[in-house]
Amino acid sequence: MGVAAGAVLTLGLTACSGGTSNDNKDTKGGGSSAAAFNAAVGKVFNPSDKKGGVMKFAISADWDSTDPGDTYYGLSWNLSRLYTRALTMFKVAPGQASSELVGDLAEGLGTPTDGGKTWTYKLRQGLKYEDGTPITAKDVEYAVSRSLEKPTLVNGPTYFDDFLDLKGYRGPYRDKGKDNPAIDTPDDRTIVFHLKKPFGGFDYFTQIPSTAPVPQAKDTGAKYKQHPISSGPYMFKSYSAGKGFVLVRNPNWDQATDPNRKALPDEYDVSIGVNADDIDNQLIAGTYQVDIAGTGVQPAALSRVLGDPTLKARADNPNTLRLNYTSINPNVAPLDNIECRKAVMLAADKTLYQQAYGGPLAGGDIATGLMPPGVPGFQKLNVYPSGPDNKGDLNAAKEALQKCGQPSGFATNMAYRAERPKEKAVAEALQQSLGRVGIKLTLKGFPVGDYFALYAGKPSYRDQNKLGLMTNSWGADWNDGFGFLSQIVDGRVIRATGGSSNLSVNIPEVNTMIDEAVAETDASKKNQDWAAIDKRVMEEAVILPGVWAKQVALRGTETTNVFVNDQYGMYDFLAMGLK
Amino acid sequence: MVTFIIRRLIGAVLTLLIVSMITFGIFYLVPRWVGATAADLASRYVGRTANAEQVAAAVKALGLDKPFYVQYWSWLKAIFVGQDVNTGTAIDHCPAPCLGYSFIGRNPVWPDLLDRLPVTASLAFGAAIIWLLSGVAIGVLSALRRGSVFDRAAMGVALGGVSLPIFWTGIVCLVIFSYGLGWTAPGGTYTPIQQNPATWAYDMILPWITLALLFSAAYARLTRAGMLETMGEDYIRTARAKGLQERTVVTRHGLRAALTPIVTIFGLDVGLLLGGAVLTESTFSLPGLGKYAIDGIIASDMPKVMGVTLLAAFFVVVANLIVDVLYAVIDPRVRLS
Repeated sequence: MGVAAGAVLTLGLTACSGGTSNDNKDTKGGGSSAAAFNAAVGKVFNPSDKKGGVMKFAISADWDSTDPGDTYYGLSWNLSRLYTRALTMFKVAPGQASSELVGDLAEGLGTPTDGGKTWTYKLRQGLKYEDGTPITAKDVEYAVSRSLEKPTLVNGPTYFDDFLDLKGYRGPYRDKGKDNPAIDTPDDRTIVFHLKKPFGGFDYFTQIPSTAPVPQAKDTGAKYKQHPISSGPYMFKSYSAGKGFVLVRNPNWDQATDPNRKALPDEYDVSIGVNADDIDNQLIAGTYQVDIAGTGVQPAALSRVLGDPTLKARADNPNTLRLNYTSINPNVAPLDNIECRKAVMLAADKTLYQQAYGGPLAGGDIATGLMPPGVPGFQKLNVYPSGPDNKGDLNAAKEALQKCGQPSGFATNMAYRAERPKEKAVAEALQQSLGRVGIKLTLKGFPVGDYFALYAGKPSYRDQNKLGLMTNSWGADWNDGFGFLSQIVDGRVIRATGGSSNLSVNIPEVNTMIDEAVAETDASKKNQDWAAIDKRVMEEAVILPGVWAKQVALRGTETTNVFVNDQYGMYDFLAMGLK
Repeated sequence: MVTFIIRRLIGAVLTLLIVSMITFGIFYLVPRWVGATAADLASRYVGRTANAEQVAAAVKALGLDKPFYVQYWSWLKAIFVGQDVNTGTAIDHCPAPCLGYSFIGRNPVWPDLLDRLPVTASLAFGAAIIWLLSGVAIGVLSALRRGSVFDRAAMGVALGGVSLPIFWTGIVCLVIFSYGLGWTAPGGTYTPIQQNPATWAYDMILPWITLALLFSAAYARLTRAGMLETMGEDYIRTARAKGLQERTVVTRHGLRAALTPIVTIFGLDVGLLLGGAVLTESTFSLPGLGKYAIDGIIASDMPKVMGVTLLAAFFVVVANLIVDVLYAVIDPRVRLS
């Protein structure tokens, strides 16, 4: 994931979900217009069907791309549903209801055959692009095929590259005129995917925006992002790189073909590159309606929002399905001894970890395992309890040090991303709390941009430079065990060239367990498999979980139909309307 | 005069070449010195999921495997003859003057620069007029009433103005005047002047004043010092002895001499600002050259940074040239030959 991951993570990487936080009661479309703290978590705030108005979105930094086949940001997956339609999508609803997948372009979910190796989707009737031409299954095939063109479209996930039975096919740019052997389109409304091996969760893949149709004649490769041809209710009116874009109604989108979208505003103005603190001010003042970075208000506005009852009533505090953690490197002595790793797990003061991230509201809940609560299959783990008050169990830690043969402690290095004050605070908190049992940390800051590519993420560098502990952070691609765990606990994603977010987990037994969980088609058994993987990784003491992240987000003054979508861990951009 | 200008022009071109070499060197050589390989550099531009093969392809496509001088030469050549870039489906031609092709945005840098220059120019010239007028006026009055309450107050405020960073005054001004009182436009709004001059001025007034506050403070102090010095000169006494009106003495004899260093600094300041008022543009979210450069630096998008740097250097060099020519007009003591 390289350097981009650093940037990605700051912006609320990929579909990290959350929001099941406070009450899991299913309020079934209920909701109220009474402003209150968390009024848009698990329920709809200000429900309305009123159409019209110009929705003003803002974000401080540009994300990877508006091209549906070239994007891996959660906010982008959330936003792209305005101008594209993928084969499937998560139900547009608050709370647990959003974890249900439904058909979008497709009439319903895929039909697996061949034990889950072949997946067939049937497109709805009457689908059209913004120019009125019909959308066909061929266009979906082309869209997925072009997303394989990683040398040109560099940003997207590689799920299709990894799972489709491509037989060496590289994509329509490099293999011009050849057919993609992994995708068949027997007629204009039917599309069939052939996989290398059975995979029960393929409907999760087809909700990725890269299945949104792209007409081959209009594909401009790397420049397509300047005007993706709309299949959704809105289309690009203008696009200015790094400054913003305007979406207007797509006259050829037909409500009759689309049960999932209300399409309330008439227009969306997206401003890119607005000063982050200024966005908060304008949210408070009402000139912007949503900060689409989806990571909550800046520290400067946080105390103001929480301290002012009127502003606090406009704020929400959802879970984001992100784990902030510390990787423990088992290749560096004496951490190659599991007892020494256990000592680290036991001695860490979790309350300091939480404070480093901003406390229980802005930081999150103290984590005791990997998968955040809210991921299907979540089981409360506590493999290495850090005492009754979460301040660390020093006696147990000293015992572990004895067993490790380092009774008076040891010295090691701790890496963190220098430009991230919170991670620096974590490093200092661990330095302090591990110091109580004689584990001495030397703190080393590395640049965000190269953290995974050159330093902590590069096996040769981290082992030679004896980086024993490394701060880390991960948000799920989507809300299930695979989406959360596969990229951080599968040892096979570690590359000698660097770049992987997995800094410390390479357990052959876990790799086998992952393969079994992937092939499992029974949903509840699959969820149990992932929970077992979580537990097995925790036992190995190679990840010290810190906090399950939460954020403090502010609702706009003019917005209606506001709720946090658990799949993205941020406001649902598609549902929102204006007063 | 003509030989003078030609000589300076040749110097200007050489300066630009050297600036471009240094910027290029910083981007290409410094990472190598600390041990980054071509693949490490390329990995910044290939997304999170790239494998070694894709990184290698990016190294080749961006020419990162070639020696420093070859890369620099192809960048330099593109300015004059343009450059072809593969967008996957077609070959995109970046026509001369091709100041590079953004690694991240996948578009030529030059049109972006042209698009953002008016924002920066609006900011720089508007603020420059305000600070020049107010700074010089306050400086002159302070000098003439040396030691008075006005002088002390003005110089006190000026000291404050010089000391306050723009990212602080900017945010405070926004909170008070835009979000509190609603008198001025919120951050991030910019209307091109050709679209509506009144809205343009309304949108820009707060950035102008904030930026001008910083500079006018410095100019007031500079003018005051210069005026105090010249007003003590013998020729001022002579002028007064001739029976000239005090106003003429101050403006024609005193101010004209005191202005020479002001003009020098003014030229350089405006030139610098035209290359991008980074802090002001970031604070007020103005999509100008400074913001563009910052975005480029954050994303390690070298061609963007090269483009802004070169343009900024160009403005400084041109401003210097104009200042030198103006010297001759303002200060009779300066001779061109």
